[in-house]
Amino acid sequence: MKTYKFRILILAVCASFLFVQCSNEDENGNVINQETCDDGIQNGDETDVDCGGSTCEPCAVGIDFSGTYVQEDVMGRPAVNTVFSGSDLVKNDFNTAFVVSDRASFQPTFETTLEAYHDVYAIALGIPVDDLNYETNILGLDAPTFTTVLAQFDALQVAPSGQTTYFDPTTGIALTGRTLGDDVIDISLTLMFGGTTGTRFDGADNDGDGTPDTPQLTSDGVGPGDRDFSLPFPYMETPNQE
Amino acid sequence: MKKTKIYAVIGGMILAGFSVFMIAADHIDAPAVAGTTTDIADFYAFEGDGANNTVFIATLQGPLTPGTVTDNATFDEDVLVEFNIDNTGDFVEDLVIQVIRRGDSMYFFGPAAPTQTGLSSTIETFGGQNEVRISTSTDVFTETSDNGMRFFAGPRRDYFYFDFNRFNEIVSGTAAPDGFFPAGTAEDFFEDLNVLSIVVEVPNALLGTAPPHVANGIGGVTGLPNAYNVWVSAKRKQ
Repeated sequence: MKTYKFRILILAVCASFLFVQCSNEDENGNVINQETCDDGIQNGDETDVDCGGSTCEPCAVGIDFSGTYVQEDVMGRPAVNTVFSGSDLVKNDFNTAFVVSDRASFQPTFETTLEAYHDVYAIALGIPVDDLNYETNILGLDAPTFTTVLAQFDALQVAPSGQTTYFDPTTGIALTGRTLGDDVIDISLTLMFGGTTGTRFDGADNDGDGTPDTPQLTSDGVGPGDRDFSLPFPYMETPNQE
Repeated sequence: MKKTKIYAVIGGMILAGFSVFMIAADHIDAPAVAGTTTDIADFYAFEGDGANNTVFIATLQGPLTPGTVTDNATFDEDVLVEFNIDNTGDFVEDLVIQVIRRGDSMYFFGPAAPTQTGLSSTIETFGGQNEVRISTSTDVFTETSDNGMRFFAGPRRDYFYFDFNRFNEIVSGTAAPDGFFPAGTAEDFFEDLNVLSIVVEVPNALLGTAPPHVANGIGGVTGLPNAYNVWVSAKRKQ
């Protein structure tokens, strides 16, 4: 058969279905209680032909969203698992542990890692490792408290009102969100190595002898560069091209 | 041996067992997920252009080099990305926004109360469904729902910045006794890289009331505003 005749045939068949007026009323307008879930008619309280409502199977929506999904990775605050877990085994376990309830056991590891970072620099500076330890940071958190917060309460806080930022030095607002531009690395490093003033291990040359007094550990020296923070939704730039 | 070499050896011994792939945020994460389609790179949450909106961004499978690698990166249809929102302060999710790919589109469900909380989830198909066509490197697709949510999914420039190489030298001990480089000398490893991104903007009215800030009262912290506790998880279909 030529194609156009076939198309006309199909159209005719389809059109004939449109004119089927099936009803559950007889010619006197009395309701016939014959609706079933396999009569090829949407009747009763079905939401579509032969499905939905109080008696029939739910209607298929056409796309399969069934199944059970199990966590393999998770993230709250930036820079937590990777910096503090230390070993691969710990990092894997951290990603598959539930926030709060299963994570208290990671606190000792986090604290050990925090001290280990300081030990490396004690050695580098020729100081006994016991004499160079983590110092309570600018938020007033000692080592056990800091590592407990990191390990156990690893969620990002985001405020519905006011400025949202991980830390904005110009306004002093902190821990109310995380924007695309927040320097989470420097913030985290300062909390780890900056001590009570935030300037411990900042690499400054305060004695003016031409060399840094301490290694620079509170900043990685990298800023956001030429990334654009003024874009409308979705707020992120077109991908870098080759 | 010169002093610096001794430090490097000792430093290396102390940090032995620390993976060379360690990097901040979750970029290049733990070995079990690194390089897989459940690998979360970053998570952002901030006020949107509309003052009463919150934007959630999850980036995955980063970093991607420009060109073929970026163009070939795809969201895995077996991976459910789930934004978890705790609005009662107990660190159990009260609402979820679930995101999963089907064909050329990304489907979004929620915010809705999850049927089950924790490590295992089913998709809340009755929690409000939206979809947006997945964007490419050259074509951007966004959608807005009747209740004011906005949706995007596709490759974007990576907004994470860090001197990754120097960090590895520090962690492995080879940089001792020096630390990071000063600005100007330090290099951003991610400057020219990309990442798969999911961006969803939500009116705060759909998130419920925010609880008191969890950090108030810890150490020297006071005066922080009420805030949701949020996290993102990537879950694989069983």
